[in-house]
Amino acid sequence: MFSLVEGAIPAFKTFGLKFIFNNQWNPTSGKENYGALPFIAGTIITSLAALIISLPLSFSASLFLGEYYRGTRLAQIIGMMVDLLAGIPSIVYGLWGFYVLRPLLIDLGLPNQGFGIFTASIILAIMIIPYATSLSNEIISMVPNELKEAAYSLGATRFEVIFNVIVPSARSGIIAGYILSFGRALGETMAVTMLIGNTNIVPKSFFSTGNTMASVIANQFGEAEGLKLSSLIAIGLLLFVITGIINAVGKFIIKKME
Amino acid sequence: MKNLVIIFLAVFVLASCQSSSSKKGNEKSAGKSKITLTAAGATFPMPYYNMVFKEYAEESGVQLTYGGIGSGGGIRSLTDKVVDFGATDAYLDDAKLAEMPAQVVHIPTVLGAVVIAYNLSGVDNLKLSNELLEKIFMGEITKWNDPLLKSNNPGLNFPNSEITVVHRSDGSGTTNIFSDYMSKISPKWAEKVGTGKSLQWPVGMGAKGNPGVAGTIKQTESSIGYIGSEYAFAQKIQTASVQNSSGNYILPSIASVSAAAKGDIPDDTRIMLTNSSDPDAYPISGFTWIILYKEQNYNGRSKEQALETVKFLDWLESEKAQGEAEKVHYAPLPAAAVKKAKAILRSVTYEGVPLLK
Repeated sequence: MFSLVEGAIPAFKTFGLKFIFNNQWNPTSGKENYGALPFIAGTIITSLAALIISLPLSFSASLFLGEYYRGTRLAQIIGMMVDLLAGIPSIVYGLWGFYVLRPLLIDLGLPNQGFGIFTASIILAIMIIPYATSLSNEIISMVPNELKEAAYSLGATRFEVIFNVIVPSARSGIIAGYILSFGRALGETMAVTMLIGNTNIVPKSFFSTGNTMASVIANQFGEAEGLKLSSLIAIGLLLFVITGIINAVGKFIIKKME
Repeated sequence: MKNLVIIFLAVFVLASCQSSSSKKGNEKSAGKSKITLTAAGATFPMPYYNMVFKEYAEESGVQLTYGGIGSGGGIRSLTDKVVDFGATDAYLDDAKLAEMPAQVVHIPTVLGAVVIAYNLSGVDNLKLSNELLEKIFMGEITKWNDPLLKSNNPGLNFPNSEITVVHRSDGSGTTNIFSDYMSKISPKWAEKVGTGKSLQWPVGMGAKGNPGVAGTIKQTESSIGYIGSEYAFAQKIQTASVQNSSGNYILPSIASVSAAAKGDIPDDTRIMLTNSSDPDAYPISGFTWIILYKEQNYNGRSKEQALETVKFLDWLESEKAQGEAEKVHYAPLPAAAVKKAKAILRSVTYEGVPLLK
C-alpha cells in the first residue's frame, strides 16, 4: 500500500487529478501524456457486463443446487463441476476464449475479429460464475426448513416460496457472493489481455476493443520506466481504490437490507 | 478474528524472512563451487540466446540463466544491479547513459529483422511499398482490396475484407526498430506516432510479446503485423517483401539482413541499421545488444564472476557462436562489428585492470 502510493506520486504530481479523467495514453518520449480513463472505463464496463451476464446463470444454478435438487447426487456432481470452474487457471480460460469462443463470435459477425469488450465480458462471466454460485448455494440451503414449511402450509407454490421466503432471507449472502465475484472480475488479467484487443482508448461501443487496468499493468510494466512506471503504479492504486469502494458499497447495501 | 489476522501476518513475515535469508545462503555457497551468470532483457533475440546460452553452459560448466522480460526490463535490471548483464534491442541514448549509475558498454551480439507478417489465404509474395506501409499502419487503408494495394501487387487476388493490424501491447525493442524505420520513411508517422518502445497506435489491436502477436496473426484471417523474424519462421507465417531505400522489394533473409550492416559502424556500436542504403538490404534490420558495466567490481562481485562474464561475451563474438545464429534465422555480425565488440570487451575492467587481453 505504501509503495503503491509512493510510486504513484510522480504521476499525480505531473498530471494532477486530471490523470483519472484523461483519455490519452501516449508513451512516445517527448510527448508523454498518461491518463487512466480508458482503463477505468474498460475495467468497469467488462466487469459490470460480466456480472450481468453471469447473474441469471449463477442464480439459477444456485437455486437448482440449493433448493430444487438439494442433497441429491445430481446436485453434488453439478456442484462439484461448478466448483471446479473456479480452479481452472485464467490462462486456460484465455486460450479457450482465443481458440473456441472467438471463431464462434467471428462467425456471428462480431467486428474486430472477435476481440473486444464483449468477448472479454463473456469469458469473465464464465470465470466468476462459481464464486457467486457456491456462496449463494450455501446460503440458500441454509434457509431454515421451518420458514419454507410455514409458507407451503399457507398454500404457497414453490415459485412463491423461492421469491418470497428464500431469496429475501438469503439476500445478504447472495449479494455478498456477487460482490466477491465482481471483485474477481475487476482484477482478472490474463484471460482479459488475450481477448480484449489491448487498445488504449475509451471503448466506443460494447463490441469495440479496449483495455483494462489490470491488463495494461501486466502488459506494460516490464518495459516501463520513469513517468510511465509511475503512471502504471498510479493505475494500480486506482484499481485498489475502486475495489475498496465497491466493497464498501456492497457492505452498505447489505446493511441497508438487513 | 483480529488475533487470527495478526498471527497470519506474523507467520507470513517470518516465513518470508526465512526464505529470503536461505536464498542468499544458497547463492553464496553456489557461487563458491560454480559460477552462475544471470541475464535478463529483450525477447527479440531470445530464441538465439536460449540456444547459445545452453551450449556455452554445456561447454564451460558455467550456469547461465536468461529472463526474457523485455528490453526495458533488461535496462532496469542492470540499473538495479541484479543481473550480470542485460540485453536490449534499443541502445541507450546519451541521456539514458548519463542516468545509469556507472559507465555502461554495448556489445552487439547478432543481427535480426523485424518482418511484416500477414495472414491472407490465397495471397503470396505480398509487396509493400513505403507508402503502403504508412497507410496500412496508420489506418488509412482499411480494406485488402484497396486500389493502391492492387496496383502495387498486380496479379494478386485480394479479398474484400477488413485489414486487422496487430501490434505489440507491451513495450518492446521490436516496436522500437519498427517505429524507427517507419519514422525514417514517413514524415507523417514521425510527426503523429514517432519512435519508441511503445506507441500511441492510430489503428489495430495489441497482443503481448512477439509470441502473442505471432499467435494472433496466425489465428486471424486478414491480419497483418510486425514480429521478430524467428517467430514468423517458426510458426510458418507469411512475410511481405518491403521496399528498401533503393526502391527494391526485399524479403527478409539472412543475406539481406547482413547486407543492412555493411556500412560504417561507430566505435561504441550504437547505431540503428534501419532503412540501410545498401541496395540488397532488408530495411527493417537491427543489432541487438548486451549491456554491461565497464567497471565490473560493483555490488561485491568477485573477480571470478566478472571474468566469466566477459569470457562468455567474448565467446558470443566467436565464429562458433555467430555461426549458430542462422539456425534460428538471425544473421551473424559482420566482421567489422565483431572486431569492435571485441575491442569494447577488452576495455572492460575489474578494479581498473582489463579482464581480457
